Amino acid sequence: MSVVFKKTRGLTDTPLSYCPGCTHGIIHRLVAECLDELGILDQTIAIASVGCSVMSYEYFNCDSIQAGHGRAPAVATGAKRVHPDKIVFTYQGDGDLASIGTAEIVHAAHRGENITVIFVNNAIYGMTGGQMAPTTLVNQVTTTSPFGRDVSLQGEPIRMSELISTIPGASYVERVMAADPISVRKAKAAIKKGFERQMNKGGFSMIEILSSCNIGWGKNPSDSLKYIKNEMAAYFPLGVYKDKEKPV
Amino acid sequence: MKKIKLVCAGFGGQGILTIGQMIAMMAMQKGLAVSWIPSYGPEMRGGTANCNVVIDEQDVGSPIIADGITHLLVMNQPALDKFISKMDKDGVVIINQSLIKDPKIPSGLTLIGVDSYQIAQDVGNIKVQNMAALGCLAKALGLFNQAEGLSVIEDKFKGKDQTLVQLNQAAFSQAFNSQS
Amino acid sequence: MSKVLMKGNEAIAKAAIYAGCKAYFGYPITPQNEITEYMAKYMALSKGVFVQAESEIAAINMVYGAAGAGVRTMTSSSSPGIALKQEGISYCAGAELPAVIVSVSRGGPGLGNILPAQSDYNQATRGGGNGDYKVFVLSPNGVQEATDMVRHAFYLADKYRNPVMVLADGMIGQMMEPVELNIEPLETIEKPWAADGNLERGYRNIINSLYLNSKPLEEHNHVLNAKYLEWEANEVMVDYYQCEDATVLLVAYGTPSRIVKSAVNKLRAEGIKAGLLRPKTLYPFPSKEISALCPQVEFVLSAELSMGQMVQDVRLAVNGQVPVYFYGRTGGVVFEDKEIVDAVKSHLGGVK
Repeated sequence: MSVVFKKTRGLTDTPLSYCPGCTHGIIHRLVAECLDELGILDQTIAIASVGCSVMSYEYFNCDSIQAGHGRAPAVATGAKRVHPDKIVFTYQGDGDLASIGTAEIVHAAHRGENITVIFVNNAIYGMTGGQMAPTTLVNQVTTTSPFGRDVSLQGEPIRMSELISTIPGASYVERVMAADPISVRKAKAAIKKGFERQMNKGGFSMIEILSSCNIGWGKNPSDSLKYIKNEMAAYFPLGVYKDKEKPV
Repeated sequence: MKKIKLVCAGFGGQGILTIGQMIAMMAMQKGLAVSWIPSYGPEMRGGTANCNVVIDEQDVGSPIIADGITHLLVMNQPALDKFISKMDKDGVVIINQSLIKDPKIPSGLTLIGVDSYQIAQDVGNIKVQNMAALGCLAKALGLFNQAEGLSVIEDKFKGKDQTLVQLNQAAFSQAFNSQS
Repeated sequence: MSKVLMKGNEAIAKAAIYAGCKAYFGYPITPQNEITEYMAKYMALSKGVFVQAESEIAAINMVYGAAGAGVRTMTSSSSPGIALKQEGISYCAGAELPAVIVSVSRGGPGLGNILPAQSDYNQATRGGGNGDYKVFVLSPNGVQEATDMVRHAFYLADKYRNPVMVLADGMIGQMMEPVELNIEPLETIEKPWAADGNLERGYRNIINSLYLNSKPLEEHNHVLNAKYLEWEANEVMVDYYQCEDATVLLVAYGTPSRIVKSAVNKLRAEGIKAGLLRPKTLYPFPSKEISALCPQVEFVLSAELSMGQMVQDVRLAVNGQVPVYFYGRTGGVVFEDKEIVDAVKSHLGGVK
């Protein structure tokens, strides 16, 4: 009997602690598979952030450094600069990257750090109990937008892929989603490209993955996936926002 | 009165924290000192949820119950396993008979069973199982009468559909009265 | 107002609104999120301002702005977030601005965990920011006291034009107790110094902590220091339990003090005359009060949920009169009363 599918070597055997229905599980697997398939798993340093994925260091089967909330791109800079031949990636949520960490992500992109940023955008603060995030949609109800996100008080959601793509130092920026098998396969391709960009010393890449938080959103998992496809993708259009490999 | 150190435990979603809060409210309305604290540590995700309720005449002291549990309400087996070793030797253990079939309790402890699922079914909605557990617990504590429980249920569901209030009260009453 | 069962975090937020807080700036962090969420809902309803800032650093700077413009304002966070706020707190102190900071402390260092701890004593009382300044620090032992102290914090902040911290622990944030809130509006005071954009007052107001030349900055530091001396003279708050005839003195604060109180009772039942001194103000610290009890006691034991922070202030207060010991648990572990009993007994010279 031949093996047609098995758990990737890129993940440890530790059971994931994510909520049932969460897309972090899928995205972890995609990242881990890419690292394994590209043969770079053993030379990788994963930078864990603060959010639901705070314990990603337990799941990625490589070295890891836990960063403070929002600081992962700076921590990645530190690690990558001193070990330029290793693969360094960050795994961040929308609160981490788009709220407290806006300075760090902008400047890592600005300096053209040769790292790969995995940006999991589920439009909410999951770990802390469902507060509004910078990417929370207009009128979306959260625990700190109890009457729905009000543009006049809280602004419109922030589009990070668009923003980062305007920075000269950014080399590859793409937005994908993890909403169904086809989109998950496309997400994997984008993640793989982000790591290949780093392997070729092509510069800074960020892959934004529209994801779900069924518990925080108060929806069941399948409705959550539809919400990604319909509501989220409408405001955060999928696609490649920047693709310019810098000269090595 | 002897200080009451009550632990309520079960899966997240079984209404454990609410049961504890309602006992706390009943105690407060009687003019007793009371504290309620939930476990909010990492075991909350997909694990047992529990709350500690301490009731005393004057001074609660520590809100956290390390041992000497006087009353333990458990809604499932893992909860029972977790707390049974921390009981006061004269303690009372109330189990949800619907889910705990064969409880092994050290001698000296009093065991009371409540068939929450059956009672909830009897009154017409399986969602009110925790109110049945509350009724049994309220009686077992020996502090409260039925009216005090019904009043707290009324307050809790104030503004909501009256049938909801009645449903919860019915489950409470049936459990409260079926205990000898 | 009759008693209501309330969760610590919510009670703190509600008390702040009753105390006239008109602007809240915060950021999500466990275990204090209910404060931010309560403010998100009720600040608008009470015609105040709520902003979920992009970070704790931004939040304290928003506080600085609102306070500089003369409005009663606060922020809340937990240990790692309070660490971020230190620069902003130093600015508030330097610029003499009233601000209330609620800290619901948790295990550290670094990310630590979300369980209760008292390892931020130094962070709170030694000022974690730069320069010679102090923050007035109040520490409640339960939900009721937390609400009273939040109110008192706004009063002190306005009176002294200084940041005031209410240092609670994770237990207080999460537990529910009967509370009777003080709903009397807290008297507002005039703020003729505020930069609220009103030149009709006839002069300009500048909010600033920059003093380029040495003499003015030295003078300014003396002005600030005068406040702290006044606090030490007039604002210390302390609670005594069974201290009158105590021969062993325990010092503890916050929720753990309730456990220590229970230990005192157990010791007394065994014929050991223990007493508990509970600082309610961590800064100004009850040094005189502790010193005054030294002649009658065999030793002083500081019990904390830390590796030993308040004990340093206890040692300074005792000033060599008697031995000072420490008992602590940390990381979210909360000691039990029998541990304290055993610790006391281990230091006794066999004297009852």
